[in-house]
Amino acid sequence: MKINDLFQQELTVLNIGAPNFKADLDLQGISAHQIQWMPPAEGDLELIEQLDRFSDREDIKEANQEAFSRILKGSPVLVGMERAIDVIPGMTKNTILHSGPPIGWDRMCDPVKGAVVGALIYEGRAENEEEARQLAASGEITFSPCHEHSAVGPMAGIISPSMPVHIVENKTYGNRAYCTVNEGLGKVLRFGAFDQSVIARLRWIETEFMPVMQKAIRLHGEIDLKVITAQAVQMGDECHNRNKAATCLFFRELVLSMLKTGFPEQQIEKAIDFIRGNDHYFLNLSMPACKSILDPANGIPNSTIVTAMARNGVDFGIQVSGLGKKWFTAPANYVQGLLFPGYDDQDANPDLGDSAITETTGIGGFAMGASPAITQFVGGTVEDAVNYTRSMYTITTGENSAYALPPMDFRGAATGIDVLKVLDSGTLPVINTGIAHRVAGIGQIGAGIVNPPRECFVKALKEYSKVRG
Amino acid sequence: MLKKILVRKNAYFDSVTLMSLGSKIKKMDGVSQAVVVMATEMNREILKNVGLGNEETEAAGPNDLVLAVEAESETFLSAAFAEIEEKLAGSQDKKKNRDNVYKTQEEALKDGVKANMAVISVPGRFAAREAKKALKNGMHVMLFSDNVTVEQERELKELAREKGLLVMGPDCGTAVVNGTGLCFANKMRKGAIGIVGASGTGLQEVLVQIDRLGGGIAQALGTGGRDLKESIGGIMMMEGIKALDGEEQVKVLVLVSKPPEPAVEETIWNLLRQVKKPVVVCFLEGKKRENLPGNICMASTLLEAAKKAVALEKGVEYTEEIRDRSMEIQKESMDLKPEQRYVRGFFCGGTLCAEALIVLRERLTDLKSNVSHHKGEILEDARDLKGNVLLDLGEDEFTNGRPHPMIEPSLRTEWIVDAAKDSTVGVILLDVEIGYGSHENPAQIAAEGIRQAKETAKEAGRSLKVVAYVCGTDKDRQNLEEQRTILAGEGAILADSNVEAAHLAAQLLGNQKGGKNR
Repeated sequence: MKINDLFQQELTVLNIGAPNFKADLDLQGISAHQIQWMPPAEGDLELIEQLDRFSDREDIKEANQEAFSRILKGSPVLVGMERAIDVIPGMTKNTILHSGPPIGWDRMCDPVKGAVVGALIYEGRAENEEEARQLAASGEITFSPCHEHSAVGPMAGIISPSMPVHIVENKTYGNRAYCTVNEGLGKVLRFGAFDQSVIARLRWIETEFMPVMQKAIRLHGEIDLKVITAQAVQMGDECHNRNKAATCLFFRELVLSMLKTGFPEQQIEKAIDFIRGNDHYFLNLSMPACKSILDPANGIPNSTIVTAMARNGVDFGIQVSGLGKKWFTAPANYVQGLLFPGYDDQDANPDLGDSAITETTGIGGFAMGASPAITQFVGGTVEDAVNYTRSMYTITTGENSAYALPPMDFRGAATGIDVLKVLDSGTLPVINTGIAHRVAGIGQIGAGIVNPPRECFVKALKEYSKVRG
Repeated sequence: MLKKILVRKNAYFDSVTLMSLGSKIKKMDGVSQAVVVMATEMNREILKNVGLGNEETEAAGPNDLVLAVEAESETFLSAAFAEIEEKLAGSQDKKKNRDNVYKTQEEALKDGVKANMAVISVPGRFAAREAKKALKNGMHVMLFSDNVTVEQERELKELAREKGLLVMGPDCGTAVVNGTGLCFANKMRKGAIGIVGASGTGLQEVLVQIDRLGGGIAQALGTGGRDLKESIGGIMMMEGIKALDGEEQVKVLVLVSKPPEPAVEETIWNLLRQVKKPVVVCFLEGKKRENLPGNICMASTLLEAAKKAVALEKGVEYTEEIRDRSMEIQKESMDLKPEQRYVRGFFCGGTLCAEALIVLRERLTDLKSNVSHHKGEILEDARDLKGNVLLDLGEDEFTNGRPHPMIEPSLRTEWIVDAAKDSTVGVILLDVEIGYGSHENPAQIAAEGIRQAKETAKEAGRSLKVVAYVCGTDKDRQNLEEQRTILAGEGAILADSNVEAAHLAAQLLGNQKGGKNR
């Protein structure tokens, strides 16, 4: 009988509520841990009832375990680079993909509009900004989320038909994911810039960079992105805001093959220098790698695991495995962090981009504890970063030992965000991200930490309750 | 030699982790060879060279984990694999950082915190949920929270019974487990008495009196006030009795509660008949029961329960002696006026109020209380006190959003001062609780009220008597002697037990006209 077992044991206490009871236990030399309790689900009794009902259900646990295991088994490799229109499912010459959940031209934020303008000029559909804006507003162009086309894009996330995209294949499940080439920092399309230099760079990527990459990847053979990510995490990247190590590893892997492509020396040199000079090159590989890992985990009927988190600069949207491709959206938050000199809070655009796909996979903000260098960039201390990471284990299904975090004694990354756990604990996923200027084309003005709106998770649970309750 | 070779597809670990793991496994008893690697070309070669390669490892790739061990026997082999599993799954990080503050139970447990008892004091409508989680995680529960529904309580206790766990509560204020006081409890001498109690301050008074009389406590389990109602069926009382009966250190059992509802009463007695140890049953205000088995005796007050328990623990005869303080009381009562015929008791402890009522019912007429269930004795309106009144200030109507008077006794002050304005009041009766959970210096707060009350009476040309009892042991952190000295400093007459305090109040009035002295 266990009551009598207790009488033989040393008493150890979890004190849930009034802290003075713990203080009295401390006085008695008893090991007691304080739970800094807050009402679950913000005290919403209806929600709590649903959470309780679901948290007991074996079929949900099994479904989540299945989703989690699919995420762990994901095996992304870079297999090539092609024009979007040639490879992305559902891409047409009138389609422009954007980041985040669906949004029409009229509601888009300025950086996204700027990027659309740039894309239309780049595609030769418009001569100038005015023409581009008219075309965009005309209804002739189909705007669609990257996520609905097996693709992801950082910041504005604009993919137009001619843009070259990395093709990443999840070898375990055979699915593919796509993402453009990272343009670097400064005046870039993803922050809404569309001047001549931006368009020229995009053209160069298409006409000169892509052929070198295509041939180099062919010569090298597929490149294992999971191994690079795992090693980069050991080297202090979290593969969202810091991709220095990963980019180096990728560069090291591919450079010989690039040299062997047989293109004119100058073309090869420029291509090599482009990767060498861009610390964020790997971001546009990390993101589709994550996307390819998460897609097979979507669509498991009873699972409450989040398979996508994405923002379009106006709305934040999540997708949940058991609820398929349906978006649950709420107004995107503003990012809290450090701004570059000369900018203040009024300049910031709300949270933007598909890059939260990294956090959805368990890296990015979730792995900040292993990326001390990033803390200077987003503000806060190394201890904050470790605490962010530690708190993510509360809302996830398990740990991904493939991404082992050295400062946390090689604990695996917190993986498989569970809607039920998010609402129950009140702990929201931590995303570390860049801050875009709210005016198109100015670019990145800082970086920091942001959470998804809680409402996305509430809406998802309500829908789940309706569909699966 | 036995070999076991496992390949795990797409399970990447970095080589440093694996190397250190492999060498640890190799050093284990009975293990002759261990290779834990990613199946890179080089590692596949190594596996082949040490004789741990096979078709499966040959077919594996750099993202596949190979676990290969050679050992003397099946036992050694499974021990090695158990160790591998643990090391791969676990992280040393969990063992550190034990001082972290957690937001949820899950978070704490996931971080490796181990606990066998959850003390829960969150708002009632969330409390059952936390309790259920704790039970599911194998923890015993002390449920201090109130406002838990009967249905929830029953569900929790049934779950606990099924799992062999305790649910002390809801609305359980006091317990002593393995010598540790939980919530409102007193620091006790250890001993051989085991208590199961449904009331908080009732349990505290029994503990305190046992300690004062030289006895000691093995365990004191709370059940919450509703356990012996039909709707709960006495689940925890019975589980508690069984546990204490089965516990070697426990020589004497004490039950403290209001009387069980009839359907539960029989079940309890049937269980008690199977208990071989001596049992003291204190069902306050319960009917006397005849034909008890030889090892069971009844007690009508908390004090009597404590005295009988200590006598049984020490193997001595129980005696019903009460200290004779009649000379002192006679002297004290001399300056009371004839119209000062009544006592007003203002209690922080509900069960102490009930016990005082049991004592004073026999000695005073015109007695009312908000804890009474007797016809004609129930207090109708606490704003209009007449005659003899015993008031439990811990009732919801007085606390209403404020802390319980055991935590914040100052709410009693205005009651005391108001009573002093009443020309018919001669005696004020007070309890002062110390110990874990209680106010830092409750005597000081009470003393302030006493001083103001005495001044008020003096201005009206009267004297006013205050009888106070400090419920606490000489080991409690507030210092019992200091607390008594503070009260004595304001002229309070100090009692050694709640029962004695009630008797002294009656005696003070009994020497007056209109009082009824037995």
